[in-house]
Amino acid sequence: MAKELTEAGLSVTILERGEDRHTAETGAYPNSIDELRGSVRKRLFQKLSRNSLTIRNRIDQTALPYRQLAAFLPGEGVGGAGLHWSGCHFRVMPDDLRLRSATIERYGKKFIPDDMTLQDFDVTYDELEPFFDKAEKIFGTSGEAHMVQGKPTGKGNIFAPNRSSPFPLPPMEDTFSAAQFRAATQELGYHPYSMPAANASRPYTNPYGCQMGPCNFCGYCSGYDCFLYSKASPNINILPALRRDPGFTLVTQAQVLRITLDQSKKRATGAVYVDLNDHHEKTISADLVILGAFQLYNVHLMLLSGIGTPYDPHTNTGTIGRNFFYQTITTSRFWLPKNRHTNQFVGAGGAGVAIDDFNQPDFDRGPHGFIGGSPLWVNQAGVKPIAAASAGGGKDRPRWGAQYKSDMIETYKHSLNIDAHGSNMTYRDVYLDLDPTWTNAYDQPLLRMTFTWKDNDVRMNRYVVDQLKPIARAMGATRTELNMLDYNQPFDSRLYQTTHLGGGAIMGSNPRTSALNRYLQSWDVPNVFVIGANAFPHGLGYNPTGLLAALAYWSAHHIRTTYLTSPGPLVPS
Amino acid sequence: MTHHHATIPSRPSLARRQFIKGATALASAPFWRDAAARTPPARSPDLSRFFTSDEFHFVESASECILPHDENGPGAQELGVAGFIDQQMQTPYGHGELWYRKPPFVSGPPELGYQLPYTPRQLYRNGIYSLTQQCLRHYHAPFHQLPQDTQQLVLSHLETGALTLEDIPGPTFFEQLRNNTLEGAFSDPIYGGNRDMKGWIMMGFPGARADFMDWINQNGAPYPFGPVSISPSLSMTIRE
Repeated sequence: MAKELTEAGLSVTILERGEDRHTAETGAYPNSIDELRGSVRKRLFQKLSRNSLTIRNRIDQTALPYRQLAAFLPGEGVGGAGLHWSGCHFRVMPDDLRLRSATIERYGKKFIPDDMTLQDFDVTYDELEPFFDKAEKIFGTSGEAHMVQGKPTGKGNIFAPNRSSPFPLPPMEDTFSAAQFRAATQELGYHPYSMPAANASRPYTNPYGCQMGPCNFCGYCSGYDCFLYSKASPNINILPALRRDPGFTLVTQAQVLRITLDQSKKRATGAVYVDLNDHHEKTISADLVILGAFQLYNVHLMLLSGIGTPYDPHTNTGTIGRNFFYQTITTSRFWLPKNRHTNQFVGAGGAGVAIDDFNQPDFDRGPHGFIGGSPLWVNQAGVKPIAAASAGGGKDRPRWGAQYKSDMIETYKHSLNIDAHGSNMTYRDVYLDLDPTWTNAYDQPLLRMTFTWKDNDVRMNRYVVDQLKPIARAMGATRTELNMLDYNQPFDSRLYQTTHLGGGAIMGSNPRTSALNRYLQSWDVPNVFVIGANAFPHGLGYNPTGLLAALAYWSAHHIRTTYLTSPGPLVPS
Repeated sequence: MTHHHATIPSRPSLARRQFIKGATALASAPFWRDAAARTPPARSPDLSRFFTSDEFHFVESASECILPHDENGPGAQELGVAGFIDQQMQTPYGHGELWYRKPPFVSGPPELGYQLPYTPRQLYRNGIYSLTQQCLRHYHAPFHQLPQDTQQLVLSHLETGALTLEDIPGPTFFEQLRNNTLEGAFSDPIYGGNRDMKGWIMMGFPGARADFMDWINQNGAPYPFGPVSISPSLSMTIRE
């Protein structure tokens, strides 16, 4: 967004709460690939000592602080979550953006549970296609197209929609584990494809002139900064060009406290931030304010700043905090015979083989009674030894002692992970607001999350995970551990699942049920645009980054072509 | 923070790197041996700076129960896990600086996560004290002097929650110890554990090689090369 706006001739300042990060310094080999300092002590992640949130499962509970990072890992520092992500870079299926309409057309309105607040995105795949295309070219994405300008290629994901151009780079190679999954799912009549990866399969120079080197499957994507310049990040793919622009200023160690509004509360005037170098509050004025503080903190800043009306689940009014969701993900494990080594330390964050047979729109949900879906994939991203030792030999096996040790070593050498990375829908009593008790280091109320699993999503997860049984047999697994959610199982904040948090300040066509219009512009304060997965009205079976990058470029395009010439609401409210 | 402590860098300093080289040249002495000169006499003779001698003995024997020496390879003691944990207690992590620690501290269902006011240092100090009192009461000896099967019984009571350490639930203490033990066994040897990279050798992890262009898919063959450390001088130790 900052690159787009400096290109438009604007003077742009980024306020970043964390440190500056350059691959050549903080991301350099070998110090960057240190598991203890990286994923265990959370080098690139949010400093909870300064700001956290509270969590509860139900509206009648007292939410308690998220004191240790575990279930999800927001980023901190230049690049944010875009620096420590894995690189799974998906588009969407057209019906993902109109799931409410598509569900009603096929199954009728009664198929939608009463408490599910399902609504459409109010933007179409065809409208976003040029921006998916642009994001892939900036990210140097590796993948295999299925249909380009209406012509099938005979390869790729047969459920993927039409594209204006092929992926900029050919797909990543299959790891041994992924190749086993491809062969087994092919044999069973499913439709395996190479996952689109923002990990460069070849050397690449993007349209900004930023260069990427080929990925060597070192295994340090998720939770790390790529020392090879192979995984797309703002730090590698955008900032080298942006930092040279005289219209661009980066202020680090700047914790934004709130967006300032004028007396009418309809216009933002800038921001107040704490300079963490001297702990003084400072102000900056601006004509246009873009929130890009990550999903959770975009919502937090809107609530703290009085942008829009906070959502109230009792009266079902207000929009800020509404339609919060997560990702319904569970990871299962297959063990292969002892003469087959999965070498789990080999991997790339976005590479792998997936099937969309239970995620694609034509899959009939009617008999199974759920909305949404889930790809299944083997995405061997590089398993490090502390993580492997913590996971041990699988559930129901000893977690310490001699038997544990043997099980754990065998599991590391001969097993592989399969994810059911499913959608998560939105519900009236799942939302974000401000906590009444706990505060951050700046004495502001923490964000409060009210979230748990609901039957629709548990049913979806259980159905899809169950489909792994024949796949395990076809792969010759000697032991299988299927992990699925149980009904009424509460969300557990102690277990890492994923950082794919979404919603809470969603886009839509109606200002009473959405915080943002279709261009990610605040309905209430039109010189504020909010970029992030907070804009999604519900969850997807795919990782969120591809869609959020496309929406960012879509929003930037409309700011440049329309808003700047005529500032004001881009959609009449 | 209210703590006043000497922050140790998360990477070995240049001086320490020099020392490592020196130590390697003289003998295969563990590189944290230099701690001895600064260790107060009440502490373990050559290892510990945070733990007292008795605490260190507890950590050493309890971590060995979690990761025992067996036919697969070395256990926690041989890997230097207790020394590793001692060093970690002197980092911002040990002082609880990675956690959100604002009051009030209110207990809740386990799914909502850790809610005690204690830092890792306090968990160990308070937890070991209480456990020692209970071992003395029931078995008339501190934990590290108990027979191995009794040690295992005590740890399993902690794991399941049958045993509570004052206001610290058994599982909270057990998981802290288990996590730190596994970190010490399998992190890069620059942190003082995983001695001679024997933890990685046992697991078949090649350490900081980070280049598998030729090993993306070798049809299930085992990766053939042993580990390297982030620190070239520690990798040298293995090659000798």
